[in-house]
Amino acid sequence: MEYILEMTDIRKEFPGVLALDDIQFKVRPGTVHALMGENGAGKSTLMKIIMGIYKADKGTVLVKGEKAHIFNTKTAFAHGISMIHQELSPVPHMTVSENIWLGREFKKGFFVDHSMMREKTVELLEHLELDINPDQKMVNLSVAQTQMVEIAKAISYDSELIIMDEPTSAITEKEVNHLFKIINELRSKNIAIIYITHKMDEVFEISDEVSVFRDGKYIGTEAADNMTKDKLVSWMVGRELSQVFHKEQAEIGDVILEVRNLSSGDRFRNVSFQLKAGEILGIAGLMGAGRSEVVETIFGVREKTSGEVFVKGEKVNIRAPHDAIRHKIALLTEDRKLSGLFLPLTVKENMEIVSIDRYIRGGFISHAQIVSDCEDQVNKLAIKTPSLYQITDNLSGGNQQKVLISKWLLNAPDILILDEPTRGIDVGAKAEIHKLMTKLVQAGKAVIMISSEMPEVLGMSDRVLVMHEGDLVGELNREEADQEKILMLASGEKLN
Amino acid sequence: MNEKKLTGKGLPKEVSIILILLGICLLFEILGWIVKGDTFLFNFGRIKLMILQMSVIGIIAIGVTQIIITGGIDLSSGSVVAFVAVVAASFAQSANATRPYFANLEGTFPVFVPVIIGIGLGGLCGFINGFLIAKTHIPPFIATLGMMVSARGFAQLYTEGKPVSMLNDSYLMLGSGIMPVLIYLLMALIAHILLTQTKYGKYVYAIGGNQHAAVVSGINVTKYKIMIYTYAGLLSGLAGVVLCARVNSGQASMGVMFELDAIASAVIGGTSLDIGGIGTIGGTIIGSLVLGVVKSGFIFLGVNAYIQEIIKGAIIIGAVVLDVMRNKGKSK
Repeated sequence: MEYILEMTDIRKEFPGVLALDDIQFKVRPGTVHALMGENGAGKSTLMKIIMGIYKADKGTVLVKGEKAHIFNTKTAFAHGISMIHQELSPVPHMTVSENIWLGREFKKGFFVDHSMMREKTVELLEHLELDINPDQKMVNLSVAQTQMVEIAKAISYDSELIIMDEPTSAITEKEVNHLFKIINELRSKNIAIIYITHKMDEVFEISDEVSVFRDGKYIGTEAADNMTKDKLVSWMVGRELSQVFHKEQAEIGDVILEVRNLSSGDRFRNVSFQLKAGEILGIAGLMGAGRSEVVETIFGVREKTSGEVFVKGEKVNIRAPHDAIRHKIALLTEDRKLSGLFLPLTVKENMEIVSIDRYIRGGFISHAQIVSDCEDQVNKLAIKTPSLYQITDNLSGGNQQKVLISKWLLNAPDILILDEPTRGIDVGAKAEIHKLMTKLVQAGKAVIMISSEMPEVLGMSDRVLVMHEGDLVGELNREEADQEKILMLASGEKLN
Repeated sequence: MNEKKLTGKGLPKEVSIILILLGICLLFEILGWIVKGDTFLFNFGRIKLMILQMSVIGIIAIGVTQIIITGGIDLSSGSVVAFVAVVAASFAQSANATRPYFANLEGTFPVFVPVIIGIGLGGLCGFINGFLIAKTHIPPFIATLGMMVSARGFAQLYTEGKPVSMLNDSYLMLGSGIMPVLIYLLMALIAHILLTQTKYGKYVYAIGGNQHAAVVSGINVTKYKIMIYTYAGLLSGLAGVVLCARVNSGQASMGVMFELDAIASAVIGGTSLDIGGIGTIGGTIIGSLVLGVVKSGFIFLGVNAYIQEIIKGAIIIGAVVLDVMRNKGKSK
C-alpha cells in the first residue's frame, strides 16, 4: 500500500466560488505531510471533505487503496481518520477522561463505568507520555494541554491518519517542541499526519512531504528535503517575494496618543506610553500578558479603573468605542469573527457601518457615494469578492480581514490599533497588509500593532513595547530590539 | 489594476416567498372550484376583507420584524394592543355613550387625544421592554413575556372586564373603509425607508449581525435597542387604536395571539429567528399575506376553525425549518 489516502480530481463549488478545482492529494502512511497555501487556497474545504463534513461535487477518495464513502465524521473515524481542529471545542466542565470517551463511554450495564474509563485514559496518556491528570476538568487546562487531549482522543479511535489544522497557532515555543516530539512518536508508530500550517520553519522541521494549493488549485507536492523556502513561497503566491517585510521609515511627527498609568482591574496595571505620528509601535508579549486588554481599554471596549489618555495633547474621556471613533481612533480586534465581522451581512454593509454618518445627506444615506468608496477600497486592497453584495461569511479569512481594515480606513482614522492584524492569514495577504501599514504611517497616521509573531514585530515596528502578566516591562528601539531581548522581557526576566 | 464593477445584486429572497404565495393562491383557487364550484381569488369582497383583517397584525409585524432582525423577540404586542385599545376607546366614546369613562366631559375629546394617548401608551410599553432588555440584559423573551402578562392585566383592570363601546364618529373614521389598509401601507413604507435608507436601519442590521462587533464599531447598542423596542411599541399602540376604531369597541380580550401571528408573518417572510441581521419589511408584508390567504382560504372552504389553527401552527414550524435549512453551514 503506497498511500493511506488518495484523493483524485476533487471538485467542490460553493455559490459563486470554486473552492476546489480538481484537486489531487495523496498521503503516504507513517509520514508527516505538510499542506500549505494562502487563505482561500482550499485547504480547509479539502479537510472538511476528508472528514465528511462537506460532500465533494466530484472526484474519488481512496483510503488504504479502497474506495471510501465518508459522509460524516463518524464514518471518517471508522476509516481511521480524525482531525484536531484549529479551534478546539472541548466540553469545558467535563473531565479529561470524560472528554476523550465522549459519546462512546464504557458501560457496566446501564451505567457509565467511570473506573474503566479512567484506566483507559491513564493508559492512553502514558502511552503518549503526557503529564495530564485524567480527572482534571478541561476548563482548567492550557490550550496546549487541551490539544494534547484531542490528540489522545484521536489515537483512541485507532486513527491511522490525523489531520492537524494549524496546531501551533496558539501555543508557546516550548509546547511546540513537545508537540513535535509527539508527532515524531506518532510517525514512528506508522500513523500519518496531515499538517496544515502557515509557518514555513515548521514545514522544514517536521514534515516529510509538502503539498501546496493556490486559489483552489493543486500546485504540487515535493519531498521536504528537496524543497526550499523560495520555492515554497513562489508555489504559494505564484511569484517570488523580494522582501518579506515591507518596512520603510516614515517621518516621525508629534506625539498623537499618550497613555498615563492606565489600569483595568487585575488585567493590567499602570501602563504608560506615547505614540507619535508616523510611527509603528509594536506590542509584544506572551498570550495573556494583557496586550489586547490595554488597547481595548484605550478604545473604550473595556472599563478603565484608573489612568488617563491624551489624544493630540488633550485629555480625552473615552467611555465607549463611539467616543474613541470620534477621536479618530480605530481598533481592528483580535478575533475577526467574534468582534469584527457582521457575518450575515454583505461586504458593503460591513464596510460602511463605522463611517455611515459621513454618507448621510438630509437624514438619508447616499448609497451611490458609499458604493463608489467601497469599490475603491476593494480595488486598493485587492479584496477578492464577486461583488459588494457578497455575504462576508462566504469570503476567505484574508479577504474578511481586508474588509475589516477597509471598514476602519473609510473613516480616515489618525490612530490605528491593529490587534494581530495578520493572524491566520497567508503570506500574500500578510505582505499586502504590511505594505498598507507602511503607507498609512507615511501619510502621517500612527499605528499600534499587537503581534505574537516575532519576525513581524521586529520587521515592522519602529519601537517595541513588551508586556508580561499585566505589566509593561520594557521598551526597545528598532535598532536595539532583537528576538532574545523581547523573549527575555516577555518571560519576566530582566535584561542584563 | 483592473477596476471591477461590483454592483451585481442578484435576485432578492422575496421572490421565492412571492412564488410560495402565488402557489397557495392557486391551490385555493383549484380547491375552490373542486369543492365549492366557485372562485377564491376573483371575489373582491373576500380579498378586501382579508386585507382589512391583516392590516392590524401587519402594523404590529412591522415592529416585530425589526426586533427579530436585532436578534430579539416581542411577545407583548397582542396584550399591548388590548391595553391600548381599551384606553384609547375610553377617550373616544361618543357624548351619549351608556357607560362613559369621562362622565363629566361635555361632548367628546378631539380625535387626536385618544390617538396620541393610545400610540404613546404603546410606546411606553415598548420603552419599558427596551429599557429592561438593554439595561438589565435580561433576555427579550422574558422581558416581553412579563409585559405580555402585565399589559393584559392592566387592560382588564382598566375595564373591569367590560367592553368600552359607543365610540364617536370621527374616531371611527380611523377604522372605516380602507383606512386601516392605508395606515398599514404608510407605516410599512416609512419602516422600509428607515431600514434601507437611514443610519437607524444600518444599525438595526448591524446589532443583529454581531452585537459585539456593533459595539466595537461605535454603535451605542443600548440606545438603539431601546429605540427599536419603543418603535415596535408605538406600532402596537397604533394597531390598538385602529383595531378598536374598526370594531367600535375596546375590549381587554382583544389581540390574543396577535404577537404570534406577527412573529409568524416576519418569519414566513424570511426574517431569521435563527441568526440575526436578516429580514425585510417587504418580506414581512408577503408573510402577512400568506397568513391572510391561508386563513381566508380555509374559511372559504369551510374548514373547521380548530383544524385551521393546527395547520397554521404547521406552517409556522415549516417556515422556521426552511429558515434554519437556509442558514445551515453559515455562521457556526
